Amino acid sequence: MTRKLIQRPSRWLVWGGYALLLLVAPLLFRSSLSLTMLSQMGVAIIACLAFNMLLGQGGMLSFGHAVYSGLGGFFAIHALNMVSDGSLPLPVSLIPLVGGLFGLLSAALLGYVTTKKAGTPFAMITLGIGELVAAMALMFPGFFGGEGGISGDRTAGHAVLGITFGPQIQLYYLIAVYCFFCTALMFAFTRTPLGRMLNAVRDNPERVEFIGYSTQHVRFLAFMASGLFMGIAGGLGALNFEIVTSEVVGAARSGAYLLFTFLGGAMFFFGPIIGAVLMVLALVLLSELTRAWLLYLGLIFLFMVMYAPGGIASLIMMNLRVAAHRKLRRLGGPYLALAAASCVMLAGAGAMIEMVYHLQLNQAVGPNMKYLGVPLNATGIASWSGAALVLALGLALFEFTRRRFARCWNTIQDEIETESKQGAAP
Amino acid sequence: MDVSYYLISLLNGLSVGLLLFMLASGLTLIFSMMGVLNFAHASFYMLGAYVAYTISAVIGFWWALLLAPPIVGALGAAFERYALRRVHKFGHVPELLITFGLSYIVLEVVGLVWGRQSVNFRPPESLRGPLFTIIDHVGSLGFAWGEPPAECKGVANVICTQFPSFRAFGMGIAMLMLVSLWLLLTRTRIGLVIQAALTHPQMAESLGHNVPRVLMLVFGGGTALAALAGVIGGALRVTEPSMAQAVGAVVFAVIVIGGMGSLAGAFVASVLLGVLDSFAVGSDQSLLDLFRVLHMAVTPESFGYALWSVKISQVAAILPYLLLVLILIFRPKGLFGTREG
Repeated sequence: MTRKLIQRPSRWLVWGGYALLLLVAPLLFRSSLSLTMLSQMGVAIIACLAFNMLLGQGGMLSFGHAVYSGLGGFFAIHALNMVSDGSLPLPVSLIPLVGGLFGLLSAALLGYVTTKKAGTPFAMITLGIGELVAAMALMFPGFFGGEGGISGDRTAGHAVLGITFGPQIQLYYLIAVYCFFCTALMFAFTRTPLGRMLNAVRDNPERVEFIGYSTQHVRFLAFMASGLFMGIAGGLGALNFEIVTSEVVGAARSGAYLLFTFLGGAMFFFGPIIGAVLMVLALVLLSELTRAWLLYLGLIFLFMVMYAPGGIASLIMMNLRVAAHRKLRRLGGPYLALAAASCVMLAGAGAMIEMVYHLQLNQAVGPNMKYLGVPLNATGIASWSGAALVLALGLALFEFTRRRFARCWNTIQDEIETESKQGAAP
Repeated sequence: MDVSYYLISLLNGLSVGLLLFMLASGLTLIFSMMGVLNFAHASFYMLGAYVAYTISAVIGFWWALLLAPPIVGALGAAFERYALRRVHKFGHVPELLITFGLSYIVLEVVGLVWGRQSVNFRPPESLRGPLFTIIDHVGSLGFAWGEPPAECKGVANVICTQFPSFRAFGMGIAMLMLVSLWLLLTRTRIGLVIQAALTHPQMAESLGHNVPRVLMLVFGGGTALAALAGVIGGALRVTEPSMAQAVGAVVFAVIVIGGMGSLAGAFVASVLLGVLDSFAVGSDQSLLDLFRVLHMAVTPESFGYALWSVKISQVAAILPYLLLVLILIFRPKGLFGTREG
C-alpha cells in the first residue's frame, strides 16, 4: 500500500494563483512607489527566469547576460521612437517582442562563440563579451546615446481600446501579461525534449555526446532561447523607464542577475521568481535604507553559497517536506530561538558596520548617528563596546540555538527517511 | 612615426604585458592546480596595492614590496581554508560563485577602509626619474642613461623620449618572479609535491602528503603573486577602487587566449596584449584611412560610417575581447592550450 506523502497541488491551482497574484498585486499595494516596484519586479522575473535557463537548467554560468536584455532594450526603444515618428506601424504593446527578437538575434550571434565552451571557460568568455559590448556601448553614441542614453515616449502610437500606457497601472498590466506568458513558456520549455537534453548536458555531458547529441548545439539553442526572453525583459524595461542608458548592458547589471537568481534558488524553476522580487526590493529599498547594502549583499551571498547552495527555494522546499510529514510544529520552538538569536547577532554586527560607514562617508555631520532608533557615537568607546557586547552575546546565543536546531532537524530528517522507507515497502 | 616611438611603445607594451602576466600566472596556477577560477583574483591585486600603500606610508616602499604579498597571500589562504574548501564538494559553479561574492565584499571593504577616491601611492624616490632617454636627432638615434641630457632642452628638431625607471623595475620583478616560479615548480621538492597533487591527488595523499594543505598553499601563493602585481601596478598606475574591475576582465581574456591552464600561453598572451594595447593607444588611424589608401570613397553619409570612423586608439580597450572572440572561432583551445572543453 503506497501512500503519496507529498500532495502535489494541482497545476491549475498553482498557475491560477500566480495569475491572480499578478492581477491583484497593484490593488494590495496601492502607492505609486509600490506600483513602480511591482512593474520592475515583473520585468526582473522574466529576466531572472531567462537567466536561470542557463544557470539552473544548463549549468552555464554567464557573467555577461545583461548584454542580451540591454541590447533588446536599445532596439525596443529605437522601435518605440520609430513608432513615435510614424515610420513603424506597430502597437506599443508589441514593442517588447521587438526587444525579444533582437535579444534572440544578438544571442545567436554572440552565443555562437560563447557556447563553444562549457563550464569555467564559458563563464570567462561571457565576462569578456560583456565587457566588449559595454565598452562598445560608449563607443557608438549614435546608437547607444552615449552617457545620456536614449529616451522614448510610450504613449506614442494609436491607443487601442483607450489604453495609452500613459498611467503606470496600464503598463503594469502589460508587464503582468508578458510576465505570466513568459513564465508559462519558460516552464513549458523545461518540459520539451530540448529542455530535458539541456538538463542532461548540465549533469553528464560525456554521456550526452556518446548518445549522439552535440552538447555545443544544445547549449547554443538554450542560449538563444534565453536571449529571446532576456530581450523581452529588456524591451519591457525600456517601456517602463522610457529611457535606456548604456548601464543596462554593464557588468553591474549582469552581476545582479547572477546574484539574485542564485539567492532565489537556481535548482528550482520558481527560485528565480523569489530572486527577482528580492532584487527589486534590495535595489530600491535596501539601498535607500543603508549605505552598506552592497557589503550586506555580498556577505549574504557568501554565506548562502557556503551553507545553502540551493538558495531560498531549496530552504522552502526542505521545510515543505517537513510540513508534509506533519513535523513542522516541532521545529517551531527552535526556529523562534534561532531567529531571536540571529536578530541579536545581526543588530550587533550591523551597528559596527554602520558606524564604520558613518565614519567613512558622513564625517562632515559629526560622529553622532541613529541606528535602529538608538543614538550612537561613532567615535565613542561606549557605542563600540556596546555593539561588540551585543555581537558577542548574539554569536554565543546563535551557536547555542543553532546546535539545538541542528539536532532537532537531523532527528526529523532521519524519521522522514525511515517513514518513507516503510511507506515504500509493502 | 619614428623609430624612437616604436621603441618606446614596444618597451611600454612589454612592461604592461609583464604586469598582466604577474596577475595571469597566479590565476593560471590556481586554475590548473585546483580547477577553480578565482573571480576575485583582481580583488587581491587591488588589496595588494592598498596594503602596500598603507605600509609604505609608515615604513617605506621597500618594506611594502616585501610585506604586502605575504599578508594578502595569508588572507587568500584563509579564504581558501574557511570558505572555498567548504563549497568544493558542491562543484565548480559554487566555487566560482563564492569568489564572485568575495569580489563584491573586497570592493566594499576597500572603499570602507581607504575611501572611494584614489590614494596617492607612488614609486619610491629613487625610482621616480627616467632610467634612460632615447634621443632622436633627425633619424639618428642617441641614447643616454639617467636624466635627459642638455641637448633635449632648447634644440628644436630633437625628440627625446624617456623611459621611467619604475617601469623597468616592474619588468625586472616580473622576470624574476617568472624564473623563480619556474624553478620552484620544477626544481624543488615542494614543486614536485604540488605537481603530484595536481595530477594524482589520491596517490599523493596516500604517500602522506597533505593535499588540502598543498592546495591552500597554492591558493595563498597565487593571491600573493596577484598582490605583488598590485604593488607594482598600483604604484605605476592609479590606486583606486575601480582598479580591480579595470584589469580583471582583461586577465580572464589573457587566460582564455593563452589556453586554459597553460603558463607559457599566459605569458605569450599577456605580452601580446600588452604590446598590442600600447601600439593601439598611440595610433589615431581608423578604417577610413584604409579605405582612402584603397581609393574608396567613404563619406559621412555612407553605410556604417560610425563604425568605419572609429579610431584604433578608441578600440584599444576592447582589443583583448576582440582577440578573445577571434581565438575562440579559429583556435578554441587557445594559443598553447592542450585540451578543448
